[in-house]
Amino acid sequence: MTDSKYFTTTKKGEIFELKAELNSDKKEKKKEAVKKVIASMTVGKDVSALFPDVVNCMQTDNLELKKLVYLYLMNYAKSQPDMAIMAVNTFVKDCEDPNPLIRALAVRTMGCIRVDKITEYLCEPLRKCLKDEDPYVRKTAAVCVAKLHDINAQLVEDQGFLDTLKDLISDSNPMVVANAVAALSEIAESHPSSNLLDLNPQSINKLLTALNECTEWGQIFILDCLANYTPKDDREAQSICERVTPRLSHANSAVVLSAVKVLMKFMEMLSKDLDYYGTLLKKLAPPLVTLLSAEPELQYVALRNINLIVQKRPEILKHEMKVFFVKYNDPIYVKLEKLDIMIRLASQANIAQVLAELKEYATEVDVDFVRKAVRAIGRCAIKVEQSAERCVSTLLDLIQTKVNYVVQEAIVVIKDIFRKYPNKYESVIATLCENLDSLDEPEARAAMIWIVGEYAERIDNADELLESFLEGFHDESTQVQLQLLTGIVKLFLKKPTETQELVQQVLSLATQDSDNPDLRDRGYIYWRLLSTDPVAAKEVVLAEKPLISEETDLIEPTLLDELICYIGTLASVYHKPPMSGPPLTTSSVQMGAVDLLGGGLDSLIGGTNFVAPPTAAVPASLGAPIGSGLSDLFDLTSGVGTLSGSYVAPKAVWLPAMKAKGLEISGTFTRQVGSISMDLQLTNKALQVMTDFAIQFNRNSFGLAPAAPLQVHAPLSPNQTVEISLPLSTVGSVMKMEPLNNLQVAVKNNIDVFYFSTLYPLHILFVEDGKMDRQMFLATWKDIPNENEAQFQIRDCPLNAEAVSSKLQSSNIFTVAKRNVEGQDMLYQSLKLTNGIWVLAELRIQPGNPSCTVRAPAPTLRPWSLPFVPCQGVVLVEDAVQASLQAWLEPESVRSLKRTFLESFHIHPVRLPR
Amino acid sequence: MSKIEHFMPLLVQREEEGALAPLLSHGEVHFLWIKHSNLYLVATTSKNANASLVYSFLYKTIEVFCEYFKELEEESIRDNFVIVYELLDELMDFGFPQTTDSKILQEYITQQSNKLETGKSRVPPTVTNAVSWRSEGIKYKKNEVFIDVIESVNLLVNANGSVLLSEIVGTIKLKVFLSGMPELRLGLNDRVLFELTGRGKNKSVELEDVKFHQCVRLSRFDNDRTISFIPPDGDFELMSYRLSTQVKPLIWIESVIEKFSHSRVEIMVKAKGQFKKQSVANSVEIAVPVPSDADSPRFKTSVGSAKYVPERNVVIWSIKSFPGGKEYLMRAHFGLPSVEKEEVEGRPPIGVKFEIPYFTVSGIQVRYMKIIEKSGYQALPWVRYITQSGDYQLRTS
Repeated sequence: MTDSKYFTTTKKGEIFELKAELNSDKKEKKKEAVKKVIASMTVGKDVSALFPDVVNCMQTDNLELKKLVYLYLMNYAKSQPDMAIMAVNTFVKDCEDPNPLIRALAVRTMGCIRVDKITEYLCEPLRKCLKDEDPYVRKTAAVCVAKLHDINAQLVEDQGFLDTLKDLISDSNPMVVANAVAALSEIAESHPSSNLLDLNPQSINKLLTALNECTEWGQIFILDCLANYTPKDDREAQSICERVTPRLSHANSAVVLSAVKVLMKFMEMLSKDLDYYGTLLKKLAPPLVTLLSAEPELQYVALRNINLIVQKRPEILKHEMKVFFVKYNDPIYVKLEKLDIMIRLASQANIAQVLAELKEYATEVDVDFVRKAVRAIGRCAIKVEQSAERCVSTLLDLIQTKVNYVVQEAIVVIKDIFRKYPNKYESVIATLCENLDSLDEPEARAAMIWIVGEYAERIDNADELLESFLEGFHDESTQVQLQLLTGIVKLFLKKPTETQELVQQVLSLATQDSDNPDLRDRGYIYWRLLSTDPVAAKEVVLAEKPLISEETDLIEPTLLDELICYIGTLASVYHKPPMSGPPLTTSSVQMGAVDLLGGGLDSLIGGTNFVAPPTAAVPASLGAPIGSGLSDLFDLTSGVGTLSGSYVAPKAVWLPAMKAKGLEISGTFTRQVGSISMDLQLTNKALQVMTDFAIQFNRNSFGLAPAAPLQVHAPLSPNQTVEISLPLSTVGSVMKMEPLNNLQVAVKNNIDVFYFSTLYPLHILFVEDGKMDRQMFLATWKDIPNENEAQFQIRDCPLNAEAVSSKLQSSNIFTVAKRNVEGQDMLYQSLKLTNGIWVLAELRIQPGNPSCTVRAPAPTLRPWSLPFVPCQGVVLVEDAVQASLQAWLEPESVRSLKRTFLESFHIHPVRLPR
Repeated sequence: MSKIEHFMPLLVQREEEGALAPLLSHGEVHFLWIKHSNLYLVATTSKNANASLVYSFLYKTIEVFCEYFKELEEESIRDNFVIVYELLDELMDFGFPQTTDSKILQEYITQQSNKLETGKSRVPPTVTNAVSWRSEGIKYKKNEVFIDVIESVNLLVNANGSVLLSEIVGTIKLKVFLSGMPELRLGLNDRVLFELTGRGKNKSVELEDVKFHQCVRLSRFDNDRTISFIPPDGDFELMSYRLSTQVKPLIWIESVIEKFSHSRVEIMVKAKGQFKKQSVANSVEIAVPVPSDADSPRFKTSVGSAKYVPERNVVIWSIKSFPGGKEYLMRAHFGLPSVEKEEVEGRPPIGVKFEIPYFTVSGIQVRYMKIIEKSGYQALPWVRYITQSGDYQLRTS
């Protein structure tokens, strides 16, 4: 007889029947009934109505029945908290049962019932169970502390459970130790700055001893915990490594990977001259290779991690290329990862074999895989110079196959090869031109046009070829249009006599018939250049191009170091650091700039007083909540606007002491009468004195840079805090960040250099002369195409137009004009950023209706269509553009330069969803 | 709507996009999943969980369920849902894996509903012991250990016949029928050990990577290469090892596959046994790919029989016994439809399966197995060797 019969009762009045059965005198019938209830619960039926009847079955000497009732309680207690109290007595009694299995069961279940009233009763039994004589009960109680902490952290602290839990690390039983470590690590994760785990040489020694004795899972908990420890010197690091290395021989892949994490991290501290360092390196390769024989999912995790490991220490696997060769039956996600690692390991020594493999893959059937294989060939050519010729000929062979997507992919990579090795492989151009007609993907078309334009003097019919693309100019994607424009200008500069008409045609298509600002801008630049100074034009457009770099997809070193500490975890699979606080997500990466005006404004102008969430230590690349964006300064509801400056967010922790060897940095940004500053608070939480502070910023979107050195006058003694206001300028070098307002900071002291990133509120960049001239506002406003507009509503905004206006003005958002249309107040606002970019907005306020609508068109700077307006911003940008014109016009740099310059033209509102 | 309800739609969507990976995320929840027959086993987390731990745990869960229910499928979950709940409770607590050793679990979670009488149904002390895999008080009349040394050969050869990858993955499996708490020591002709003890390199094998069952004392092995352990009762895999020494492929295949569009495919396959003459490969199966639209097969073989398996798009050439040094031939002929089908087909490799008993490619040997138990009984170890095909692929052009 099987249990499946319990799933089959679906009659009407079922609940009623079950009720009767549950209250039956016969034990067997009772048990049957509970099983039916659990079966129904399992398939998602609501059987909560039976709560009192099921709880009545709890007092039983039948273990199976007891477990089922407990299961029911876990599921429904939350929906019936008052009734759940009925169960408390039995729980408390069970915690005293002579059978340890029952005691453990009771404490385990109680921890899963997330009802406040129950947790109060849980404390006493839990305290006893943590000191139980039976290790099975103790190990269960240890986990229960973590459960309770998740429900009510304060209670756990008040009751002193954390100390008891810490004591369990010294327990005589290895399983208890392992669970205590797991529970403490889990709790510590939600208190990053607490010194909960308190790792010191003594406790580390205890953990290493327990490591030899506990189950495979316990070993993983301990290894993961060890990875958080920072040894005091290289000798300690080495001795830990020596005791962890045997774990590399464990049959469980997860144990191996956690051991690899500890070793990779501690290796940092070992001197490379040490014999032991070399031994350790050698010991790491075989277990990593063996991971590739594991189940595909584990292989995938292993490969994502190996990808990090080969970037960090390429020497470990440099001789193991062959194991990454793709097998026919590998799942596609394994194939793609293997391919990536193959390219990373490619070197002069193994390139022949790699190329033969890549060529093989390029003739497979899976389109994504084939494309990636073709790209890989191009990357090999750029990475291993000696192989370039071979790669080119392999690509030509592939072009001969005439498989459409292979041809297109090949042309894209050949363009990159031309960029890397100019004037070397142009003999293949003829073959490429034969395939012109089959190209239907924008990237391939753009690449081909670039090639034709770049080598126009060697292609007899270059004008015909380019002209053929011109016919459908408006149907092409922007990428192709831009390339075609540049290509034809190049052609004209090389063969001016025959192509005058062509260039006229493309310039007018780009400037007069196009809605695309990028295209128009570029068209105007060329037009002006060509008409004013053809010689200069030649110098600019046909200038020598910077060579492209070989590996563009390497993970940035500080991030890589961080990810190495997360080997084996989800972060290492995503190649993204986790966030403390909100969990990591992949979908919200683009939040940054977009949200500045969107959701933020909405919630802020809203009724409640907004408190900026700490942006602390939240790695920006994951899309941290930008609480302190534009939003804060639109905080219209709080009574008085600050007179002297704009909104200042409370200081948040940017660098927790745990991550910076005891140095804690918190801070915020302010703008006061035209000057921006970073207000810092440095706290020494280490045991030694800190001196020699210095600060540096990475390049960022608005060129923020310290305007003065970081002045800490006296050495910072332990437990001392100092407040510093660091003036900032906006004349530093510019690089587009993701999100736009991300700032990467390095702080140095006598101990080490520490890195963190933070998001600065954009309004610190709003300048005081951001009030646009009325005429100019009008002209610009009219000029904005509809599609560049975004609008959104701000709910529950009880202010009138005056109040809104003055509120905004305190943050340098100025009212240019005001009018009243059909009883609604319309406010026309402008603001200017430090880099001269204007943002315009219209606010519509209906008296009596507590909401206002903002219509924010794209910031429009058309330097060449509005040349008569003397505007500092324009000049600034024009200078910058001129300076990098040559680079800017090339396909490779258009992508990167666009990021730096052009995109900052079109900040935020452009991309707001309408 | 509970989080898990997002899983299936998400999976289907990713599958359609051709971007299926073992890790999916929806909002702040991450799904780590594996598939077993018709079941998905899914773990959810919103933290930065240890992914490798999660996947190993999921596979371990399958192993435990299979031990309990013979097969794991929807039916067996339904039939045993009460015990599934009980097991999940013991296997994992608050996301932390606990006891996953099915032999030990079976001591206190049984198929029969257990009546709670005093003294019975207690936690076996084994659960929390340092030796968490063997219970005390095991008794056998005859004390014996059976050792199986199984070597699988993985091979990857490219279309022009050069060997890309050749590795041996060996496993040593034990069947233990021993009383009490015996201490075992296994001696292999391990090169590192021989060098340590000054025996020279003769007849020793260099193991590139070794993995052990958790019963083996890893620090001891790391120290002096001694494999010492207290074994679990019954069947288990003691260790596995890997070596990539270049050996001659045991069965070498040369093939010519000629495709004449719209008319026929002609296949010629030559197989050669490249191992010593005294040995024999058994149950040899050579799977040769054919186009999916092939029809009317005709075969000619010098030995064994060939069969067309249309659902796998292969011809399988089976040879019951294949002595070393011999060479055999198979020809196959297929018709092709005159209308060519649209989609392109991949070029699957030729796969080979075989078993060669009484033989290890690597030359590994069990030199001794010492068994010491405090009661002082005599126990007999028995050893068997076998070499078989692992992932054995030869690409076709």
